[in-house]
Amino acid sequence: MNVPTMAEMMAQGKQPEVLFWVGCAGSYDDRAKKITKAFVKILNNAKVEFAVLGTEESCSGDPAKRSGNEFLFQMQAMTNIEILNAYEIKKIVTACPHCYNTLKNEYPELGGKYEVIHHTELLQSLINDGRLKIEGGSFKGQRITFHDPCYLGRANDVYEAPRELLEKMEVELVEMNRCKSNGLCCGAGGAQMFKEAEKGTNEIFIERTDEALSTKSSIIATGCPFCNTMITDGVKNANKENEVQVLDIAEMIVSANKL
Amino acid sequence: MHLIPNLLFALLLIVGVGIFVKNIKKIIRNIKLGKAIDRSDNADKRWKNMLLVAFGQSKMVSRPLSGILHIIVYAGFIIINIEVIEILIDGLFGTHRIFKFAGPLYTFLIGSFEILAFMVFVSVIIFWMRRMVIRVPRFWNKEMTSWPKNDALNILYFEMVLMSLFIIMNATDTAFQQLNAGNPISQFVTPLFSNFSVDSLHFIERAAWWIHVIGIFIFLNYLYYSKHLHILLAFPNTFYANLNPKGQLDNLESVTNEVKLMMDPNANPYAAPLEDAVPSKFGASDVTDLTWVQLMNAYTCTECGRCTSVCPANITGKELSPRAIMMKTRDRLEEVGKIIDQKGSFENEGKQLLNDYITPEELWACTSCNACVEACPVNINPLSIIMDMRRFLVMEQSAAPQELNVMMTNIENNGAPWQYSQMDRLNWKDE
Ligand code: SF4
Ligand code: SF4
Repeated sequence: MNVPTMAEMMAQGKQPEVLFWVGCAGSYDDRAKKITKAFVKILNNAKVEFAVLGTEESCSGDPAKRSGNEFLFQMQAMTNIEILNAYEIKKIVTACPHCYNTLKNEYPELGGKYEVIHHTELLQSLINDGRLKIEGGSFKGQRITFHDPCYLGRANDVYEAPRELLEKMEVELVEMNRCKSNGLCCGAGGAQMFKEAEKGTNEIFIERTDEALSTKSSIIATGCPFCNTMITDGVKNANKENEVQVLDIAEMIVSANKL
Repeated sequence: MHLIPNLLFALLLIVGVGIFVKNIKKIIRNIKLGKAIDRSDNADKRWKNMLLVAFGQSKMVSRPLSGILHIIVYAGFIIINIEVIEILIDGLFGTHRIFKFAGPLYTFLIGSFEILAFMVFVSVIIFWMRRMVIRVPRFWNKEMTSWPKNDALNILYFEMVLMSLFIIMNATDTAFQQLNAGNPISQFVTPLFSNFSVDSLHFIERAAWWIHVIGIFIFLNYLYYSKHLHILLAFPNTFYANLNPKGQLDNLESVTNEVKLMMDPNANPYAAPLEDAVPSKFGASDVTDLTWVQLMNAYTCTECGRCTSVCPANITGKELSPRAIMMKTRDRLEEVGKIIDQKGSFENEGKQLLNDYITPEELWACTSCNACVEACPVNINPLSIIMDMRRFLVMEQSAAPQELNVMMTNIENNGAPWQYSQMDRLNWKDE
């Protein structure tokens, strides 16, 4: 797989069009790594000159900040900013809405000012610029529902980019009752991913997955590695893993176009 | 003798407005207990928000039924208050329907007020039924017992009585009815009084007028104790609301300074701290650690529960309710205010917002999803309080849940929330 690092680019005296911020989930989590690779396939296919930080990347600090550990967050942020600024990075794309939100909104005040976009936004502009083509392909006419990641939707008002991509794949998009700005959280945000939930009557990921399943879709699409984990668990919980797939939009594009 | 009603009215006016002003001053004093935060930027956007969200009620209609009913009550409240100007003048100078000289315009106005009053009355009945008959769940969460529940009902009863009095007052005003204009509603009420003598009609008309006036003054002073305060505070609250993307949390400046020092290779580790030698407190454990905007949020909360009804934690039966976060903050702030009333300044009496009002269990149940912030019709931000209190728990007390401590240690040691080596970060490429 062609994945140049910033260090290699620098050695060749090149500056990439965009830096791909992989994120911790995208780097280490088995499920999320598939999303990372799918996205890289698309980037290579569309001939996007990109690079990653590789071993120089470190956690954006989002889970620390949302746990209340501002110290750890700012240490992470400043370490990352130092590296990003040293490479004179201008534009960053990421497939993780949590990294996206942190880099975009919380880094500038600490000295890290970049244009930050979510991978669905980049894919959308690649299509608009004619660099990437999606033909309906294998998802044409399939019933598919989209789960809005909180940190993409409500947190940053990105609702249309992923939906436009789905539209391009000519799927039959079925919205859940709670969608877009009323979307229900998958339960992973605010560092909940890393701890047991408090005592309650139900699990948030089950509540949300059940709603997604009630749309009778064959695919639950999303744009966040954490949402993906939670909803995959929810689908297993409902014993539907043979009928319903949980996919990232990037993965869908790859398999629709057989990249 | 003739002047007695006028004097009585003037007295009522002075006392009613006097107590109201005193209470408002108290609220302002309490809000100012909060820490500074700069919200003076972007005035255009702020005015626009206020016009749209507070004045235009734009967020109310996301739930169409309650939204439209609320707009009726709200419009009725504002428009019928034009009539209060006449009441004030009549009361002070002993006149009767001073604006009558405006002729058709006057009867047109009174006629519209009557129609509005009737619509308000009906809306309020529907509101009451939603609470008491249909029992919409968000009005029955566990924080909605005792005072909060009675408060909501009191307001509805108040409105019913005030609107009825307005119509009765018009219905028993014989001269007004004889004009037979401007009485689209009251004309149907007049027949109820058909066998009353002229004197008793006049008496009822006066009584309705007085009770209406006294009712308005009581209502005015009821605001201070009630969630109804939002009719005033919704305006500044939407004006000063956060304009940044919802996902953006503030970066603590005090932390930035320390982290910069820690990371600066040239810094002298033994140098005395430059500025404030008093170590600042990180995060919030009491209302005085919150900003004035957060405290104003607490006073503005309408206790409508729209936030709680969309909160994933609350929906799945967790302790957390964003509405309760706001109500508890207000309760604690009121308590601090009372201490200041009694002792002249705030001396901690051993209680605080954390633990005595809001428990860590509530705070740790939040997914920071911003659904509450999105849902709030008056732009309150319960999440910001939750985050500030988590900061206190973690940075001042190291009291995070054990699993989160593990996660944070991992980030510290190897730059990821899990225990993987940073050197393996690019391994996916070849897998
Ligand atoms: S941000 Fe927290 S309190 Fe607000 S709705 Fe989401 S989980 Fe509930
Ligand atoms: S915070 Fe807003 S949404 Fe929640 S109860 Fe108060 S006014 Fe209603």
